[in-house]
Amino acid sequence: MKTPKITTLTKTLAGILLAATALTGAERAFADGGELHLYNWTDYTSDDMIKKFEKETGIKVSIDTYDSNETALAKIKSGAAGYDVMIISNDFVPIFVKQGLFQKVDAGEMPNFKNVDPRWQKRPWDPNAEYTVPWVWGTTSYAVDTSVYKGPTDSLKTLFDPPKELQGKVGMFGSPSEVISLALVYLGKPQCNENPADLKELNALLQKQKPFVKVYNSDGTVERQVAGETLIHEQWSGKALNTRQQKASFKYVYPKEGMIGWMDNVAVPVGAPDLENAKKFMNFLMDPENIALQQKYTGYQSAIAGSNKFLPSDVGDSPEFNPPSTEKITFAPACEEKATRAYDKIWTALRQ
Amino acid sequence: MRRQSTWLMLAPAVLVIGVFMLIPMFIALAYSFMTADPYGGVQAPFTFDAYIQFLYQRDFDDSLIFASDYILIIARSIYLAVSTTVICLALGLPVAWYIVCQSEERRRVLLFLITLPFWINTLIRTYCWILILRDEGLANKLLCALGIIADPLPLLYNDGSILLGLVYTFLPFMVLPIYSTLERIDSRLIEAAYDLYASRVAVFRRVIWPLAKPGALAGATLVFAPALGSFLAPDLLGGGKKLLIGSLIQMQFTSSRNWPFGAALSIAITAVILLVIILRSWTAPKREAQA
Amino acid sequence: MSRPFDWRHTPGFGTLTAAILVFLYAPLVILVVYAFNASRMVTIWQGFSTHWFAAIARNSDIRGAAENSLIIAIVATIAATLIALAGALALERGNLTFGRGLVTGMVAMPLVVPEIVVAITTLVFFSALGMHHGLLNLMIAHTVFCIPFALLPIQARLKDMGGTLEEAGRDLYASEWKLFRRVTLPLLAPAIGAGAIMAFVISLDDFLISMMVSSAGSTTLPVYVYGMMRLGVTPEVNAISTILLAISVVFVASALLLGRKRRAA
Repeated sequence: MKTPKITTLTKTLAGILLAATALTGAERAFADGGELHLYNWTDYTSDDMIKKFEKETGIKVSIDTYDSNETALAKIKSGAAGYDVMIISNDFVPIFVKQGLFQKVDAGEMPNFKNVDPRWQKRPWDPNAEYTVPWVWGTTSYAVDTSVYKGPTDSLKTLFDPPKELQGKVGMFGSPSEVISLALVYLGKPQCNENPADLKELNALLQKQKPFVKVYNSDGTVERQVAGETLIHEQWSGKALNTRQQKASFKYVYPKEGMIGWMDNVAVPVGAPDLENAKKFMNFLMDPENIALQQKYTGYQSAIAGSNKFLPSDVGDSPEFNPPSTEKITFAPACEEKATRAYDKIWTALRQ
Repeated sequence: MRRQSTWLMLAPAVLVIGVFMLIPMFIALAYSFMTADPYGGVQAPFTFDAYIQFLYQRDFDDSLIFASDYILIIARSIYLAVSTTVICLALGLPVAWYIVCQSEERRRVLLFLITLPFWINTLIRTYCWILILRDEGLANKLLCALGIIADPLPLLYNDGSILLGLVYTFLPFMVLPIYSTLERIDSRLIEAAYDLYASRVAVFRRVIWPLAKPGALAGATLVFAPALGSFLAPDLLGGGKKLLIGSLIQMQFTSSRNWPFGAALSIAITAVILLVIILRSWTAPKREAQA
Repeated sequence: MSRPFDWRHTPGFGTLTAAILVFLYAPLVILVVYAFNASRMVTIWQGFSTHWFAAIARNSDIRGAAENSLIIAIVATIAATLIALAGALALERGNLTFGRGLVTGMVAMPLVVPEIVVAITTLVFFSALGMHHGLLNLMIAHTVFCIPFALLPIQARLKDMGGTLEEAGRDLYASEWKLFRRVTLPLLAPAIGAGAIMAFVISLDDFLISMMVSSAGSTTLPVYVYGMMRLGVTPEVNAISTILLAISVVFVASALLLGRKRRAA
């Protein structure tokens, strides 16, 4: 005589297993055009855009997610496979290329490449567009609550050397490259710095700022600002727009020292199972109407000429979207070993 | 049980862990002796660099200097893990005892209640603590509304909040093992003890605690080891201003791109904890024979 | 003889337990409450709404991740519990002269080694073997770290049980197998249950190993949620956690009720 508990348990488990298999089976219904496995940050892909792509091509898109460039690099380097396209920031593209992790797709030869804004046709990290097409781009600076801070909003000094009313309520990003690249812009020093004197100055600046910083974290910046936990936070342009939409007193500052720019790019890892579909997707993204759908979802600029006219005006005409033409925007490159080690040292000491 | 069937029963466990845990650990060991590829991964020349990095670093002008950074981080992590374990023990023991003293029916309900929060993702639960503890969070709002304080208290982004997060995550790990050892206690034993000793304290010291010890030790292992390597609570609740070993190792594989050092750190921690566990398992049979 | 006090009532312990339960549940209450929050911001209350639950129904990514998590957890739990049962029996009832410490250490390893290292080296190992099977890789990886969690309660219970009942049983039953089924197994059942539940929860909760070892199509829920935190948590996360919470409550409560009915019968 079997103990009833075990039988019921087994039956329940079997039932769950069957149900789960049935559900997943139903979803993986085979599409005519094949499949595309997209690997991106969570919540960074527009549903509307994907649906349009699926309808036009009959390809079924599945999305897997990661939380940072660094994780994606560690994974692909360790041999993770099965992804057809991934979205990577500009400063990581050369790293992936150098390590032989991306394959050539000759994006420059694709039919829609002519739509790419002339400014972005020769991107420093992929000058001949052999490996990537643009996704979206934005800038990094900071947003400050002007209802608390009444001073001038034109310099990075407010962030790195905060006045009394902002002290203890400063938020910085949690990744060394983002904090250090902005700090170097403030100091007017070159990126990927290996000069010991410059590095010492950088270290001193960050240490001096530390007591006034509340958090070093790149997640949930909008919420922190809106909830009043921080009054000034290093932010990306799209996030600053989100913040202002929720609390109008926040202003995204275009500093006179300059700011950091970044662009996310779409690339194909070596060994991708659906290369042709990947290329179709990349071509699809270079159409202004399509990329506008993606922009609408995340609130960042695109590299495709004319896409902005498909956007609602409160996004397309917003200050976060339109840096003044005199603004100096620096795209931080991928750093060599010596700089990486130095940055790591500074960062570890900072977070001690 | 015969020798052959013993090993046969052990075989699946040994095989699965041997292949899918030990071999990766050997890979880690190998990595710790290699050179870091600045773009991630490792490359050929074998070196002790990763282990030297524990104590010595290169200054900006390339000279090798003694750096206490990493030793401090390790010390702080051990301190936090020990504190977590002690607090979990101090809280877990009375709770386990209380549950044991209830009726069978109430015991089940209480155990159910203790383990239920576990079913929710640690990440999400920890994130909810941020909502409670921060300046504009519920705790402060409540205290202000009650008039107890005027300005919000800095409840978040310090060692205290990390400790709270760790205790929160690992408390059930302590309660359950202690409960399962205490549950087997024969109530006649306790009653006899109370006839002998007049006070609760004496009974506790001489009867209850010795019986609860195996559970407490199991609980301590289940709490200390993961607490030492944890990085979610420290990262989320510590505001990124204090590095602990878990986050440090994490960093090596992501932004620092120094896999060998990350591997070396992990090997060091693992070795220490394993040593303690193995030593305890060797001395345990002797102690039980004495008892 | 009257005793100076009833040893079952320790003053203050009840209050302490209540306080601890409040402590344990505070975040959960917030979680569930905000799942019904109309606003997107997980902090500011803007009225009651169930539209996040509807959003989940539309969001196939989050559902897919949850399904993956459940499937992996179920398989890993079953495998880990069986392996742990065999292992615990061997360790506690078996004839192990040397190697006991070694095996104990080995079984404890998944608990002890920092997860990120396990995650990366396991991925490297699988890739070197050419294994790119998404869910299967994850199931294996999860089984490995679930084994110690399933094994510890069973081992502790076996230790406590001592061998006396089984010795007596041996006189009654002809075969070892019958002895196992009739004596050992029923006595072990609660511990096996406890081990299985722990393994299941640990597997559901795991994030670092799942993030690294997963390949296309095998994102799990914690990985999805962690990535979400980068760009802003939406109450969809609260909603799906509430659903999972509700499912677990139903599951465990029904197990409790079943147990009670059986005893009453």
